Amino acid sequence: MVKRIIAKQEHCMGCGLCEVYCTVQYSKSKDPVKAYNREKPRPISRVRLEMNKPVSFAIQCRHCEDAPCAQACLTGAMHKDEETGLVTHNPEKCVGCWTCIMVCPYGAIKMDVQGKVVAKCDACIELDIPACVANCPNGALECKEAKH
Amino acid sequence: MPKYVIVGACAAGISAVEAIREVDPVGTITVISEETCPQYSRPMISDFVSGKANLEKMKTRDDQFWTKNAVRALTGKKAVTLNLAERTVAIDSGDKINYEKLLIATGGKPFVPKMEGSDKDGVFTFTTISDAERIAAKIDAINAKKAVVIGAGLIGISVTEALVKRGLKVTLVELQDKILSLILDPQASDIIENVVKEAGVTTVTGQSVQRIIGKPENDHAVGSVSLTKGEQIPTDLVIVAIGVVPRTELLAGTDVKTNRGIIVDNFMQTNVPDVYASGDVAEAYDFILNQNRLLPLWPLATLGGKIAGYNMAGKKTAYSGGTNMSALKYFDIPIISIGLANPKEDSTFEILVKHDAEKNVYKKIVLKDNVIVGMTFVNAIERAGILFYLMKNRVNVKKLKPELLTENFGLATLPAPLRRKMNIGE
Repeated sequence: MVKRIIAKQEHCMGCGLCEVYCTVQYSKSKDPVKAYNREKPRPISRVRLEMNKPVSFAIQCRHCEDAPCAQACLTGAMHKDEETGLVTHNPEKCVGCWTCIMVCPYGAIKMDVQGKVVAKCDACIELDIPACVANCPNGALECKEAKH
Repeated sequence: MPKYVIVGACAAGISAVEAIREVDPVGTITVISEETCPQYSRPMISDFVSGKANLEKMKTRDDQFWTKNAVRALTGKKAVTLNLAERTVAIDSGDKINYEKLLIATGGKPFVPKMEGSDKDGVFTFTTISDAERIAAKIDAINAKKAVVIGAGLIGISVTEALVKRGLKVTLVELQDKILSLILDPQASDIIENVVKEAGVTTVTGQSVQRIIGKPENDHAVGSVSLTKGEQIPTDLVIVAIGVVPRTELLAGTDVKTNRGIIVDNFMQTNVPDVYASGDVAEAYDFILNQNRLLPLWPLATLGGKIAGYNMAGKKTAYSGGTNMSALKYFDIPIISIGLANPKEDSTFEILVKHDAEKNVYKKIVLKDNVIVGMTFVNAIERAGILFYLMKNRVNVKKLKPELLTENFGLATLPAPLRRKMNIGE
């Protein structure tokens, strides 16, 4: 079973708090003010608010079954973990060639330009509920266990 | 128990091993590879030369890969003869390996044109880790200051960047009028050429190297090159990066059909049953050109090897095809270019372009009958994969055209039925 984050478009108000809490979650300080104002480089949100009014929803790595990013990765940094079903990214191995970005149908992989690597959602493995889901004020993100 | 034999342990071979094991945990797998080192990323050899990566970082699989997948690895061995009637592959030590299912994943070898002086000390090609090690060692040994790179394709630009990072003065010589001409249109090529020049590289286009000349004090060592128009450029190294040609030698004299590469069907099988081919050696399907062709690209080799592996193990799987597709990071300019990014003059193509010179952002989409058949994105690549999805699935984008090149274009711009198909939300 895999943790999957589902976007509920009809509940999304486009507030962008998912991006804020994701940024904080990936920060060193875990504090919004410090994360945004003091941490250099500023941590990167792995979720993106897609907006085309009136449509809006939050999207992050889908942890695809066939994971085109892992398939295309030149270095072995991107990896489909058969046990957890998650697509994991190892920044130590990443060289920032951007090949995964080219093949991600969701545009869900971000560029960490400063670190010259990519950044993506790991479904907050260390948390019970991913930060974006836990902090969505309108229940527009839901975490489900899915078969893949 | 099926006997699988794979010749070649680069992207396609390794990926085939994994695919076979996904389906068949018990069949015997033998891999024959000329290289003795662990699985590593060939596109990263430039990072090795520049000093950004060592072999450890370049490994694409862990050290237990062979044992974990129960592979008999014949490394440092060369497959020399294929006997289709006997179903054997003979290796250079004299042994014959019996197969039931065979994968030829021998890849490509660098093309070196006939050129006077190409046998001199200091002339290299650039496709394997050994090439990278030899170049790095040579730079240190002779304290090399200057290099000439012949060929401004993917390999040529990547080795140029690596040499620049090591402090060498590089002259890049390209026969075509533009650098990266097989991948980029003239506008995008100019953007890259400008950053290449800013990095101190001299570019020479529309010319080739006629002759490699020795040093006055030692004719055996590279001293300079002479160009088509007669100019002579002093250099310590010459890197030949003109391109790769498929290594089809093993099939010479057999019934396996080859064109420039080995011809395969959509299951990566050759015309001879149970003989498969994938990676740089094979001519596989290009979904944009709707024909088979050579596409020596790492991600496609990985994908092709996987398809071959599945089919060899009995899980019938068709290859959805690839196309000319590259993500580039040269000199820190991110570029994604896919398909017919630079089509010949043809009124049936519709071209959308957006160029923001101030931000150095360039976006181009090529359409045919309202379907995306080519795209180039420079300095704005993060959501280019969404367009690649539209391209690969031949989605009619007629209504989306005004949005395609806008900054906001993304999943929310797509029509709701397509979003549902992509399984984005509920």
